[in-house]
Amino acid sequence: MIPDVERHSALMLTDVAGEILKGSPRAAARLITWLENEDPRAFPCMEALFPHSGRAYVIGITGSPGAGKSTLTDKLTQTIRSSGLTVGIIAVDPSSPFTGGAVLGDRVRMSQLSLDPGVFIRSMATRGFLGGMARATGEVVKVLDALGKDIILIETVGVGQDEVDIIGIADTTCVVLVPGLGDAIQSMKSGIMEIADIFVINKSDHLGADQLYTEVTTRVEQDHHIKGRPWLAPVVKTVAVNNEGMEDLWERIEGHRRYLKASGEFMQRRRERTGRETLRMIHHEIFRLVRRRLEDTGEMERLVGEITDRKRDPYSVMKEVLSGWLKQAGPTGEAS
Amino acid sequence: MAQERKIKIIVAKPGLDGHDRGAKLLARIFAEAGMEVVYTGLRQTPEMIVEAALQEDADVVGLSSLSGVHNYFFPRVVELLREKGLDDVLVVGGGIIPLEDVDGLKSAGVKAIFGPGTDTNAIVDFIKNNVRN
Repeated sequence: MIPDVERHSALMLTDVAGEILKGSPRAAARLITWLENEDPRAFPCMEALFPHSGRAYVIGITGSPGAGKSTLTDKLTQTIRSSGLTVGIIAVDPSSPFTGGAVLGDRVRMSQLSLDPGVFIRSMATRGFLGGMARATGEVVKVLDALGKDIILIETVGVGQDEVDIIGIADTTCVVLVPGLGDAIQSMKSGIMEIADIFVINKSDHLGADQLYTEVTTRVEQDHHIKGRPWLAPVVKTVAVNNEGMEDLWERIEGHRRYLKASGEFMQRRRERTGRETLRMIHHEIFRLVRRRLEDTGEMERLVGEITDRKRDPYSVMKEVLSGWLKQAGPTGEAS
Repeated sequence: MAQERKIKIIVAKPGLDGHDRGAKLLARIFAEAGMEVVYTGLRQTPEMIVEAALQEDADVVGLSSLSGVHNYFFPRVVELLREKGLDDVLVVGGGIIPLEDVDGLKSAGVKAIFGPGTDTNAIVDFIKNNVRN
């Protein structure tokens, strides 16, 4: 049995931010729930944690459904752990657009990690957010960072061609490809093929792996030629299920990290990220306040009726609502 | 605009029992009912299940056993949850559970046992009515 005092504090969770800074996974888990639910209790905690974030290195694992992202995340984590670093994992799976429910199955591949105190795994449902992640994923990164995790792995939902939001959060983005999903034209397209800092050819013991390797390598060389990007994305072959290629992958990730630091791109990317995050946060809060006022006063219903009946148009309504809100917000910003 | 709160449930198979057809079906039923379901897969120890519940901040732990190990595993999960301060997590169980074991499991803290043939709506309703606020 654990001591009464510890048990008491575990139950009460009075100082969530303080407990997270002391390393409490339970407190981190609760704050993540608040973030997911947009619970106002999350704000003061995040304010307190923010100065303690920004230290962890963030790795994105993305790719199509069934490419082996969860297995790769599991095996890569074991490799990282053997070097002594701690790991936070955020595994995102889709929510149902019909019921809002979700089956989050990524932990199935990560059973080995569940008792390692140096690893914290959190599953997240997208809850209607597009782009391959949940809306709160970026915030959860900060929580695990403040919890003291050295490396944070984000496993996106299985993506298609265009879900590329991960690059807004990850320092290094690994795009996981598998043989058998298309010909050379696929590897020429825009979207997901553009975001890789490292390409992973998983299931590389399957038929077609060599061809895929050649196609991807060609693409990387073309990128180098066309865009003059100084970073030449490595193409790494793995068989995650057999734990093959993980050392190589980890070495390539560390290589990318060294490149980012040495080139100054690291700070530049993080500055861009901070700008985007701050704007998005402001956007979200304004949206929330405006929407609440429109809905609470019944104005929304009236406007929708008028627009549907073609008595008004949404463009002038938008301008009117915005200028009305700005006027009311005034210099103090008290518009809620 | 706060998000609607979702019930988060861990569906777990403790022990060496490899029969997960029921657990997988229930995972889908819970998702259809609007819950967020974390499926842990087979061969979980009580420690693994409780650690998953802690990290996921789960509201409910649903245990499935068809191999006769429920009298050890189910109470052990409840005990470990309490040790971690997760007293308010609702624990329910199902599978092949002899009727004479049900009272013992309930007094150990498993709030309900659902045997074969239970109306799945009844399971969903029980969870919705008994989960923490």
